[in-house]
Amino acid sequence: MLEIKNLHVKLEEEDKAILKGVNLSVGPGTVHAIMGPNGSGKSTLSYVLSGRDGYVVTEGSASLEGQELLGLEPEERAAMGLFLAFQYPVEIPGVGNMTFLRTAVNAQRKARGQDEVSAAEFLKLVRQKAKELQIDAEMLKRPVNVGFSGGEKKRNEILQMAMLEPKMCILDETDSGLDVDAMKLVSDGVNALRDAGRSFLVITHYQRLLDHIRPDIVHIMADGRIVKTGGPDLALEVERNGYADILAEVA
Amino acid sequence: MALAQPKTDALEARLAAMQMPEGGWSALARQQALARLRKMGLPTRRDEYWKFTRPDTLVQPDAPRAALFHNDEAPLFGDMDRLKIVFVDGVFDPQASDDLALDGVTIDRLAAVQARDAHWAQGLYGTLESRGQSPVERPLAALNTAFATDGVLIHVTATPSRPISLVYHHSDTGSDAILHHVIRVENGAEVTILENGPAAARFNKCIEIDLADEARLHHVRAQGRDHKRRAATHIFARLGRESVFKSFTLTMNGVLTRNEVVLELTGDDAIAHVAGACVGDGDFHHDDTVFITHDAVGCESRQVFKKVLRNGATGVFQGKILVKAGAQKTDGYQISQSLLLDEDSQFLAKPELEIYADDVACSHGSTSGAIDETALFYLCSRGVPRGEATDLLTLAFLAEAVDEIADEALKAEIVSRLEGWLVRHRT
Repeated sequence: MLEIKNLHVKLEEEDKAILKGVNLSVGPGTVHAIMGPNGSGKSTLSYVLSGRDGYVVTEGSASLEGQELLGLEPEERAAMGLFLAFQYPVEIPGVGNMTFLRTAVNAQRKARGQDEVSAAEFLKLVRQKAKELQIDAEMLKRPVNVGFSGGEKKRNEILQMAMLEPKMCILDETDSGLDVDAMKLVSDGVNALRDAGRSFLVITHYQRLLDHIRPDIVHIMADGRIVKTGGPDLALEVERNGYADILAEVA
Repeated sequence: MALAQPKTDALEARLAAMQMPEGGWSALARQQALARLRKMGLPTRRDEYWKFTRPDTLVQPDAPRAALFHNDEAPLFGDMDRLKIVFVDGVFDPQASDDLALDGVTIDRLAAVQARDAHWAQGLYGTLESRGQSPVERPLAALNTAFATDGVLIHVTATPSRPISLVYHHSDTGSDAILHHVIRVENGAEVTILENGPAAARFNKCIEIDLADEARLHHVRAQGRDHKRRAATHIFARLGRESVFKSFTLTMNGVLTRNEVVLELTGDDAIAHVAGACVGDGDFHHDDTVFITHDAVGCESRQVFKKVLRNGATGVFQGKILVKAGAQKTDGYQISQSLLLDEDSQFLAKPELEIYADDVACSHGSTSGAIDETALFYLCSRGVPRGEATDLLTLAFLAEAVDEIADEALKAEIVSRLEGWLVRHRT
């Protein structure tokens, strides 16, 4: 599904390397987790994959189902099936949540040569999915993320994911700012989307999210590289001993 | 004080080409307006009030030429049930206009009735304009009162079933039109006035509006899209007790537009909202100049102006709230904002508050900014192409102004025109 090879990235504004040779292969239907201390490059990886400005790829490649990603516009990557759930979902005053969702769904369908979804069909679908995530009709009417609580913003991200049905989902610290109940709700939403044709890359600091979204593979990232890869137990080890031991071990 | 020689010369050059219509009841008001104009002279760049907008082409004897704008779109407000009054280059077009009879309203054309000895508009024509000349002079409005060739006189005594729609076509590339309308809305009556079209290569238009107690007037206008057209417009309104005045203006294109709105809240608990959305690309200069005087207790005024500018377009906002002594419990709000889509465009704003009462709430704000790149990335990351995402954010920026239109159908019509413009002007 997602193949990242020897990816080197620096900041556009200053000559500072952030990613220093990331290698990662996420197979179809699998859930990978990336853990790591602050500043290890986890969020940068998610931004570079989704096409945010401000980064320069100096070496390496990243592809989705064999198609090169880097160099494409963010909307082209989205239409190919890539989705980033933001750590800090953006508030957009003046743009209705519903308008935004419908515009996004139809833009992706158009890019893939599919017909647009009718307004009635769309409404039915969004209501059903919103209900599962306990998103009420009022939230759908409001401007995108404006006045939403932390939990509501994250649930709204998962709703977008459910509507857009991407193949490769990257969750960037989706657990940040969530209380226990909200984390359960968001995780249930993600788990409901788990499917043989859909893969996940879950970026997190803490093990607790991984209690809910059970990963197949766990990677530890430090200083711009993946330094250790293992099974779900690796996350428990981090929880018990912190990163220091693992980093000392690989140094 | 006598006018400086250059001002006198400029005025005489302008007046030489003009002829005052023969007037019955309106003659005195026209003569008085001409006398006001002779004292003021025409505006120049050195006048403080014209610091941001060059008046040269608005005052010179001949109108600069303006090519006609053609498009295949359905006419604005075309699907609405309305009473249509059409002017072509400032000349009434009886064939294209509807019958002027409408229950609850009497409508006369200025040119058709001005030779009479008396008319209900006699006490108003030039009166509100004259009151609006202080504390700031507005010479182009005095010129209008003196020399207007036509206009409509609308007396609203009940609530008509349809909006009155003034349509201004432009067919002569060198036309120079001067129209003057007077609207009086009686106690408890309510009317909607629509205006649209470029009107002429150069258009000088004045509307005087007198709202009796509890009268309501809704005004929505769209200025024509001819790129080289010029317009200097004035709205003078006097608001009685608990009356409501709501005005929205859409401006797309136009090399030079100066819209002045002068409101006087003279009755307690009156409400005045004036809003504007403009979008300009390239050779575009748009000036909103607003002066609101609170002279009664418990009144509310609201100014919301939004401008989207690109490729060297210029936006100007001069807005003042004057709260007179005794105008307690005034609620005044003013916001003017520009969205600059590149680094070549500019927005010049001069917000002013002058308050002589001690129990009031007035706020004003003015900002200039670019498209929010974070929001743009968020939209794009969901698959929305950059152009479409930029349009969504631009419409969101304009929404606060457009939302001032209470009527949903009118609002939808205005939004659809804005969407069309944005799509055509994508980079």
